[in-house]
Amino acid sequence: MLMIMEKRNRGSQILASILVNAIYAMVNYPIVLISTLLAPFSLLIVITFVSHGALLPIAIGGALIMTIIGAGTSLQQDLSHLKNDFKLQDMIVSSPTTARMYLAGMAASEIIYSLPALLVLAALAGLYISAPAIAFLEIVAVLAVMFVFSVSLGFLLSTFTSDVVQSWAFAGIVSTVLSALPPVYYPISYIPQPLQYLAYLSPATYAAEILQNAIGAVTFSSYSIAVDWLVIVAIAAVMAFLAIRKSKWRED
Amino acid sequence: MERLECSRIAKRYGRGAYALRDISLSIPASGIFALIGRNGAGKTTLVRILATQLSATSGSAHIDGIDVLRQAQKLRERIASVPQEARAVGWLTARQSMVSYLLWRGFGYSEAVEKASRAAKQLGIVGSMDLPNRMLSGGNKRKVLVASAVASGARILFLDEPTTGLDPISRKELWDILMSLKGKHFIFLTTHYLEEAEYLADKIGILDGGRLKAIGTMAELRKMVKRHYIIRTLSDGAVARPVSGTLTRGADGHYQISTTESEAYRISKKLIKRGIKFSMNPLTLDDIFYYIVKKPIDADDYGKEESR
Ligand SMILES: Nc1ncnc2c1ncn2[C@@H]1O[C@H](COP(=O)(O)OP(=O)(O)OP(=O)(O)O)[C@@H](O)[C@H]1O
Ligand SMILES: [Mg+2]
Repeated sequence: MLMIMEKRNRGSQILASILVNAIYAMVNYPIVLISTLLAPFSLLIVITFVSHGALLPIAIGGALIMTIIGAGTSLQQDLSHLKNDFKLQDMIVSSPTTARMYLAGMAASEIIYSLPALLVLAALAGLYISAPAIAFLEIVAVLAVMFVFSVSLGFLLSTFTSDVVQSWAFAGIVSTVLSALPPVYYPISYIPQPLQYLAYLSPATYAAEILQNAIGAVTFSSYSIAVDWLVIVAIAAVMAFLAIRKSKWRED
Repeated sequence: MERLECSRIAKRYGRGAYALRDISLSIPASGIFALIGRNGAGKTTLVRILATQLSATSGSAHIDGIDVLRQAQKLRERIASVPQEARAVGWLTARQSMVSYLLWRGFGYSEAVEKASRAAKQLGIVGSMDLPNRMLSGGNKRKVLVASAVASGARILFLDEPTTGLDPISRKELWDILMSLKGKHFIFLTTHYLEEAEYLADKIGILDGGRLKAIGTMAELRKMVKRHYIIRTLSDGAVARPVSGTLTRGADGHYQISTTESEAYRISKKLIKRGIKFSMNPLTLDDIFYYIVKKPIDADDYGKEESR
């Protein structure tokens, strides 16, 4: 009857998430724009001044990585909010769409959300990082892989939350592990030896190595860069798989 | 085959107590089905399982022949749900939240806009469409969600307490809307307003402590209760004590005696003789509900009941 065999417009499904989680939020509360714009710059500024400018190129790269990882953390919090405080996810689950489309749309919304900060960082990178075009391509590729990783992790975690307080806890843990530990704003050699091993627990460390190598700030052997790539691609793939297959779209 | 069938559905949250036990039913998936039961009876749990939001611990369910647990994706083509605690997202306008819901369901943008406007007219919220949801009254927020589900055109609507928080006039308006949808849709709703279930529903289910205590049309439910008359009085004197039948205390503080016709006649004569005010009526859903869900009070815990 009614519309059972109708075709579902996937573009619409993505658009819905972008509208609700980014466009309408920014239009109705412009203050969120300022907050997302400022977020990546606090550490960037501190590191740049403390190093008398020497670490600026690395710190710009670090801020790019952190903005991308931050997108995953925000995604987790936004999804938990919509799921637990509005029960919106229940309404969407009982609809002709899928976890995958919801994840894709919400991930896109986080990109839109981070766009102002990303654009400013990209401009800074253009100004202060002198590297061949291929290096910039490599940076974009690293960021894309890290984005897949972080939004998948955020999505997966959000489906396990039943309260916004849990979501804050997840966000706290994830940001400590993913951002406090890894040497994204400075070379890994700045970390005392035994702690370096700890840093390798975070995928952000591998991404930072690729990025620092690409801009010529720190040189790694091509073997270790290959390993770095392998690690982040594998982790992102596993996380994306888990997000699509193991997220609690229907609750237990 | 438009039927809703549940076979021995049980649900246990984690390692806690069972929220549902052994729910089996088979009803036509058309018209309106109302599920009633006390707080914590398991209504929301059952609705969420049927609306593919929650997995069952055991058992199976089919709607229109589609396996709820195994073919959820197929079922989702034809259902829409308004959860009990759903709230319209505060930073959106009513129109934005309805349109985005329809986009999520896969409609094109202009189609979504058009469907949202039509449903807004149907639900009488045209004037609120461009206000932020956070500025709407509680009842209108609720209507935005119901309008979204209606706008989706889904054949099967799961509405968990759709009229909670609506004023009496809005509630009756929503009843009219639900009645008008009845022909094309199957509406599975829960409510605490028993007169609502009685007025709207073709069939009613009574859930208590996770068990389905009764299910049927009003006429069928009436038959389950042997005592067909209800006397209500504020007096709890010995005169009102039935020889056969039950004495319970209603939420309004009245005592009520459900009993047979002849016994009702005998008691009423006594009450008249003593000049005690009372009313006598045939069973309503309220009475059946009290009969099925609430234990009769006997002499011993009578005082306890009163001091609560
Ligand atoms: N997420 C959950 N985790 C653990 N227990 C739960 C959860 N949700 C509900 N319960 C328990 O399951 C039982 C049934 O709850 P449910 O919400 O289905 O009742 P209900 O009939 O909808 O009640 P109400 O009329 O208050 O909405 C209750 O004992 C409740 O405490
Ligand atoms: Mg409930």
